[in-house]
Amino acid sequence: MIGLTHYLIVAAALFCIGAYGVVVKKNAIAVMMGLEFMLNAININLVAFNHFLHPNLVLGQVFAMFIVGIAAAEVALGLAIILSLYRQRHSIAVDEMDILKW
Amino acid sequence: MVIEQFGWLIPVFPLVAFLLIVGVTYRFKLLSAIVATFFAGLSLALSVLIMVQKVINPVTTEKFINWLSISTPTQTLLNIQLGYLMDPLAAVMSFIVTLVATLVLLYSIGYMKGDEGFSRYFAYISLFTFSMLGLVISNNYFQTFFFWELVGLCSYLLIGFWFFKPEAADASKKAFITNRWADFGFLVGIIGLFTVFGTFNFGQLATQIPQYQNALILLGLGLLVFLGPVGKSAQFPFHVWLPDAMEGPTPISALIHAATMVAAGIYLVARGYALFYSVENVMQVIAYVGGFTALFAATIALVQKDIKRILAFSTLSQLGYMMMALGVGSMTSGMFHLTTHAFFKALLFLGAGSIIHAVHNQDIFKMGGLAKKMPISSWTFVIGSLALCGIFPLAGFWSKDEILTVTLQHHFVGLFVLGTLVAFLTAFYMFRLIFIALFGQKRSDHHAHESPWTMTLPLIILAVFSIFAGLVNTPWFYQWTGFSFSTLVYFHEPEIPVIHWSIAGLSTVAALLGIFTAWMIYARRLISADMLATKMSFLHRVLSNKYYIDELYAWLFKYVMLGLGKVLDFVDHVVIDGLFDGTAGAIRATGVRLRLFQTGRLQQYALLIFVAVAILVLWGVR
Repeated sequence: MIGLTHYLIVAAALFCIGAYGVVVKKNAIAVMMGLEFMLNAININLVAFNHFLHPNLVLGQVFAMFIVGIAAAEVALGLAIILSLYRQRHSIAVDEMDILKW
Repeated sequence: MVIEQFGWLIPVFPLVAFLLIVGVTYRFKLLSAIVATFFAGLSLALSVLIMVQKVINPVTTEKFINWLSISTPTQTLLNIQLGYLMDPLAAVMSFIVTLVATLVLLYSIGYMKGDEGFSRYFAYISLFTFSMLGLVISNNYFQTFFFWELVGLCSYLLIGFWFFKPEAADASKKAFITNRWADFGFLVGIIGLFTVFGTFNFGQLATQIPQYQNALILLGLGLLVFLGPVGKSAQFPFHVWLPDAMEGPTPISALIHAATMVAAGIYLVARGYALFYSVENVMQVIAYVGGFTALFAATIALVQKDIKRILAFSTLSQLGYMMMALGVGSMTSGMFHLTTHAFFKALLFLGAGSIIHAVHNQDIFKMGGLAKKMPISSWTFVIGSLALCGIFPLAGFWSKDEILTVTLQHHFVGLFVLGTLVAFLTAFYMFRLIFIALFGQKRSDHHAHESPWTMTLPLIILAVFSIFAGLVNTPWFYQWTGFSFSTLVYFHEPEIPVIHWSIAGLSTVAALLGIFTAWMIYARRLISADMLATKMSFLHRVLSNKYYIDELYAWLFKYVMLGLGKVLDFVDHVVIDGLFDGTAGAIRATGVRLRLFQTGRLQQYALLIFVAVAILVLWGVR
């Protein structure tokens, strides 16, 4: 029987993979992909909690839909930033973007 | 009764004059003088009316508005009143101030003729009169302090009136700074009074203080508040500014010495008498400070050569007398002497001014033979001196007799002997001055002539007052009119005047002896003054240098004050600055290291965030 715990473990694993990708990947697009992993891990959590704790409500699903929507917007924005970065510096390596210090 | 309601106008008139002169008539010199004199005259007329009212019906009128009131629902944190208090004491005082001020203004029209700052002078005097009158009618310590400082400011302006003379500029600064020291104590004292009693009001304090039990606090407050009068009335050890104040125009000296400024100190002691009277020790301090100053200043006056300085030290000495009278417990006799002294000291200073105006010199050894050339100035001067010496029946006789009597009645035998000795010294130095300056041969090539009527008229008026003013506190006057000075101005109980002929006789003998000695030495030359000076050369030197008090203060300033300043400078620059600079340096050094954390690398930040969140979560789970 697959219970809440299993879902949570999958979500946690997904989240950690995403976080790892965000922290270590050089390629900005890979970093964005890591972010997507993290967001979707949360979506799994939300839906799982909703299903197992309050089956009669759709609160978790609604939140998940919101996050999907926001993630889409975020990706659009992020890709636009990356594109303009590439035009400026001919590189999308995250570790080269360190001019934001004094 | 109706007039009393308008008593607050007394100080307003001179203020109006001041504003008018500054704003409108500044360019028209004579008009400025007329405006100032006219408004002072209005004040004089009003205060005469009020004084008559007070004689008929000696009640206290008090009116005030709450000028600044800060309170919580349960208690009053601060309540400063702007008030008007008129009782016989204030009425007498405002009469003296307005009379002397009016006469001085009239006199100054002649004296200051042709001076560059003619209008400025009259503006200052009007402001001075306003400040003093405001002080006289104020009903609380705070307002008194306010006007007290204004009086100090005006004296600064007037002493330094000829500011282009370095001596005058120095003297004005000296007066101001000396008073500043004393006023500091005064201010602390009145703040203390408010902290303890919750009010600045004289009347409320007078009812609350006798019920207050903690004698030590009262002693401290009394001494602190007394510091103010010590400075203003130039008592030892704050007397140093008064002789130097001679650098101002002479009519100003008359005003400062007779009616305003120094009188403020005596008046304040009388006004706040409830406070001082409540602690015996404070009264003793007042009495002995006064007595000491009286003797101290009189001895210095013996050897001075400058006519105004002699008079200045004489004022110091007489102020000491008044303080002594107040200190032994008789407010009446102190205020009475202040009143009579105001008349004859104003007379003496204006007379001296008239002489200086004619001779263009202040050294008495350069005058001589003036009695024939300037009869009015000279003979009114003699009348003033006789009054000052306390010769029957002039004004000084009655007030001095009164002081010596109360001194003995309150068992201050030492002060009584001292007072009699001072009477002798006073007579001696005044007649030394007269015999040298007014009689005998011309001692220099001067062309003295009598002064114009604006200058001699005030002299004559003041001479009349100097002769008759003392009579208002005699038994005969009481029998004739049903009142006297002592039934109006008193603390606790009115007294009916009596004369103690033995004491009066003793002091008169002392004064006559002083005059006789002066006559022997300076008129008949039976004893050589130079020989005395060489025989007692040490004493002569000490007295000529005013007991080296100025030098002592200079030394104290140079070594103690500046030394202290250097120590504080070290503390400030090395210790305190070191502390702050050190803190700043430490923070900067930390910052230099901390900034290495800011790499600009997004992923490092993200890692930090994840690690921190993980730690927090793990910590929370635990």
